[in-house]
Amino acid sequence: MAWDRNQMAARAALELEDGMYVNLGIGIPTLVANYVGDKDITLQSENGMLGMGPFPYEGEEDADLINAGKQTITEMDRTAYFDSATSFGMIRGGKIAAAILGAMEVAENGDLANWMIPGKLVKGMGGAMDLVAGVGRVIVVMDHANKHGESKVLKECTLPLTGKGVVDRIITNLGVLDVVEGGLRIVECAEGVTEEELRAATDATLV
Amino acid sequence: MKKVYANANEALDGVLKDGMLIASGGFGLCGIPELLLAAIRDAGTKDLTFASNNAGVDDFGIGILLQTKQVKKMISSYVGENAEFMRQYLSGELELEFTPQGTLAERMRAGGSGIPGFYTKTGVGTVIAEGKDVKNWNGQDYILEEGIFADLAIVKAWKADETGNLIFRKTARNFNPPAAMCGKICVVEVEEIVPTGSLDPDHIHLPGIYVHRIIQGDHENRIEQRTTRPRPDGATRKSEEA
Repeated sequence: MAWDRNQMAARAALELEDGMYVNLGIGIPTLVANYVGDKDITLQSENGMLGMGPFPYEGEEDADLINAGKQTITEMDRTAYFDSATSFGMIRGGKIAAAILGAMEVAENGDLANWMIPGKLVKGMGGAMDLVAGVGRVIVVMDHANKHGESKVLKECTLPLTGKGVVDRIITNLGVLDVVEGGLRIVECAEGVTEEELRAATDATLV
Repeated sequence: MKKVYANANEALDGVLKDGMLIASGGFGLCGIPELLLAAIRDAGTKDLTFASNNAGVDDFGIGILLQTKQVKKMISSYVGENAEFMRQYLSGELELEFTPQGTLAERMRAGGSGIPGFYTKTGVGTVIAEGKDVKNWNGQDYILEEGIFADLAIVKAWKADETGNLIFRKTARNFNPPAAMCGKICVVEVEEIVPTGSLDPDHIHLPGIYVHRIIQGDHENRIEQRTTRPRPDGATRKSEEA
């Protein structure tokens, strides 16, 4: 037993507090918006928008209104638009309280790799390097193991980094880990997962 | 001060030169100067370097200039969604300078603001930092990035007045203002040119000082990823990917 995608997203939503401005990455992080409940959260889309609303109704799509994943979205009462330099000014300037992102690898020192695999098709880092360098808190949501069953929570990243020492918390299908002095600390285990199982599945040093 | 031109070809007349550096606005296919890109294709200008967040798709945006092999180099943050780009890049025909998205925007803004270089913490400890000067302030490392001084900026806005004051629409603003700022010459295409005096001066997004030539034209405004939600009860937020 372990958390599924939606349970991981629901767990990640617990990280968000009333009044926060937050940037959600593509994939499981996008699902986090479904679980914020009554909390007053403003979503930032780094292509130039605060106050990102849900997908539009069919027939109401607007080519001038997209998110960073290039999907059509809607605006809200609180929405504000701005240019890309201003958008990354607020990201780099630490105004965004948290970013929830996917990852290929995370290391015990908080290193994050999520933008390229050498020898494979390289699409680019987009805004990921700016986000992890700038926002208040970086929360990674990902599967604990890769397709081959190997731990993605490592002593050291093997892939080119997106950021060095940038991750604060890791939420996987097996549990929640914090980056602390000397390694990772288990915050909680997913439902039905024992601490022994979590330890056995993790390459990184657990303190 | 005549800034209004009849069409994209006329607006680019005498401006295009082989080997030039062009800064382009747009994010994905949103807010791209589609008419000016088509005119550059028709002009056949070669060996172009583009500072542009993305490279379009195969048959739209900068993609149309990749098909005609007019592009020598891209300065971009994300180039997925374009098979021809990947083919040319992997075969060594096309140079690529990956620049983090916020660094790219700031490089344009800085170039347009007379700032040749700036230090940022984006990319510290990654391949992006290789060969770049590092400075430390209060225990944090920052790397030196250079401003972009483009020969030409091509930009899409929603409305312009005849003096080039611009208003953008929703997220189609994106890279357009910083791109406009960093061009020695800035050519803008808009959906509507309105008489000078009809825009509220308090609502101008980019003042006309940055704008040299303007055209009005019909835009396809293509949608890259059409995502919708069911109509009945719009109460719950549905952000699952399509």
